[in-house]
Amino acid sequence: MGIILYYLRKLLSVIKNEVLVLPSRVVVALFFLFLLLLPLFTEDPYLLRILTLTSIFAILAASWDLLSGFTGQMNFGHALFFGVGAYGAAMLNKYAGIPPWSTIPLGALGAVLAGLVIGIPCLRLRGTYLALTTLAFPIILMGIVFAFPDLTGGELGISGIARLARSRVANYYIAVVVMLGLCTIMWKITDSNTGIIFHAIREDELAVRASGINTTRYKLLAFSLSGFFAGISGGLYAHFMRIAGPSTLEVSMSFQVVIWAIFGGVATIYGPVGAVFVLFPLMEVLRFWQDYRILMFACVVLLILLYMPDGLFRWLRDKTEKECPRCKIRNVAMRHTCRICTAQLD
Amino acid sequence: MNLLIDIIISGLISGSVFALLAIGFSLIFGVARIVNIAHTAFYMVAAYCIYVVTQRMGFHPLWGMVAAIVLVTLLGIISYKLFINPIREHHGAVLIATIALAMAFQEVMGIIFTGSYLSVPKLIKGYHVILGVKVFYQQLLTFGAALLILAGLWALLMRTKLGLAVRSTAQDREVANLMGINEARVAMATMGLSVGLAALTGAIVVPLTVLEPHMWMHPLVMMMAVVVLGGLGSLKGSFLGAYILGFAEALVVFLAPMGAFLKGSVALSIMILVLLIRPEGLFGVSFEEER
Repeated sequence: MGIILYYLRKLLSVIKNEVLVLPSRVVVALFFLFLLLLPLFTEDPYLLRILTLTSIFAILAASWDLLSGFTGQMNFGHALFFGVGAYGAAMLNKYAGIPPWSTIPLGALGAVLAGLVIGIPCLRLRGTYLALTTLAFPIILMGIVFAFPDLTGGELGISGIARLARSRVANYYIAVVVMLGLCTIMWKITDSNTGIIFHAIREDELAVRASGINTTRYKLLAFSLSGFFAGISGGLYAHFMRIAGPSTLEVSMSFQVVIWAIFGGVATIYGPVGAVFVLFPLMEVLRFWQDYRILMFACVVLLILLYMPDGLFRWLRDKTEKECPRCKIRNVAMRHTCRICTAQLD
Repeated sequence: MNLLIDIIISGLISGSVFALLAIGFSLIFGVARIVNIAHTAFYMVAAYCIYVVTQRMGFHPLWGMVAAIVLVTLLGIISYKLFINPIREHHGAVLIATIALAMAFQEVMGIIFTGSYLSVPKLIKGYHVILGVKVFYQQLLTFGAALLILAGLWALLMRTKLGLAVRSTAQDREVANLMGINEARVAMATMGLSVGLAALTGAIVVPLTVLEPHMWMHPLVMMMAVVVLGGLGSLKGSFLGAYILGFAEALVVFLAPMGAFLKGSVALSIMILVLLIRPEGLFGVSFEEER
């Protein structure tokens, strides 16, 4: 009994001293609570469906950020990983009869393989060359998909694959829990030693190599990690929609990912996730003007970029928090002294 | 034999289109470091512009071409001033701003022209039979015009003061600025030039293609492949790369089964094979800090 009370008190003190002191942490905690508790209050199938899809795409956007935001390897062909994950899971399920809980990781392993295959030739390229080259890979795969319609279903895709779970609420919980878990893992990766090396590769690759770090290995690691997470999101998408079609490989899919990630703010992980949760439901709200939907979407992106070129969530965070000049710990913007070292905040 | 001539004509025409688009794209990239995804969207807008002037208002196609080039160049400069110039320092933001612009153009055209397939009358009618194959005069005209435009562009870049300013800004922006070149103005002029080229391409190609709001996607991908294959910022490279990919596409379409589906894949695979051997493209200059 005592030990439970001890941990409870510890938890409360962590919440009070670490979470409630910063608006961004409060928002993240509320976001977790909101997503996990929502089905208790409403079981509206439309709302749950939107949020499930949003969660799936949030994984995709965050995985783009892990590769392109952190290591600076601009990837314009992220749909490749998504498509390989979706097609891999769908084909394993349809032709081998494997249930979803193992087809999704296996499809993701296929996406890791795809990441290595495109990573190796792309290691020699940098910047814009890399971006323009990676754009080609999903289109090549799409040609292959169309060329073998017996196996891949051609233009119609593979349909009639197993459901993720029986009920809508279970589907929702699978997508949301996987999304929250994977995004936390990605955030932890970027916070670790490896993440620091990723940052450094983006800033100055030569300097990283000069410090005795094998940048090739780390870049390939970034490609395969990003491929894995994107592949999982592709597999989830295929099993949720119960179809894996060529639309998962389209150029517009790759562009969509880039828009989400940059709109939210690159090299943050929380930025792209938040951007998907803003932009994807926005597209649904705009259904009122069916014809003007994509136009409105494009205008919103353009206008917000004019004022927040670093991304929406970066801008918001900079407005509400500031960094202590002495100990580099973040504080609420209202404070005059740092909450840890009591230095003057400017 | 018939097949061979078909392949040659189709390859020459798509090669010329890709060359014109790729040169415009690499011009603005070289000078202002803007990856303009909306480049081929301007080409689409020009095509629709011609459709309006010729079909809806009933003018001669030549007037349509002039109107398209002027209006689209203006549109390009306005969108540069409004949306790209204020955020030019943020490369990621510029990138998605151009993607959003392209989407916006596509949607506006979709709303006005309802996404159905349209076509535009040929500038000169009739055809000539060469070895049993119909060669339309319009095809020859398009090819000839493309070569003329390329020659004119070369003269502009190599023989005039503006060309010198463009080339020196592309080489080193800071030093060009120190030598008294107004870098912001050169960037804007280049944007106008590059969008104008896209419009011109649209103008000479539109009688041979079908108009629809998604017509910018395929040329965009091929144009980027050409740019990478030839080497960014190399006129000669873009020219050669465009014809290589144009012929590769034509060969696949006419010879391989299911060719229409595979044309993009084969052309892009060629690009990747070349890159494996020469990472800087065929004629690319290696910029040390960028590669």
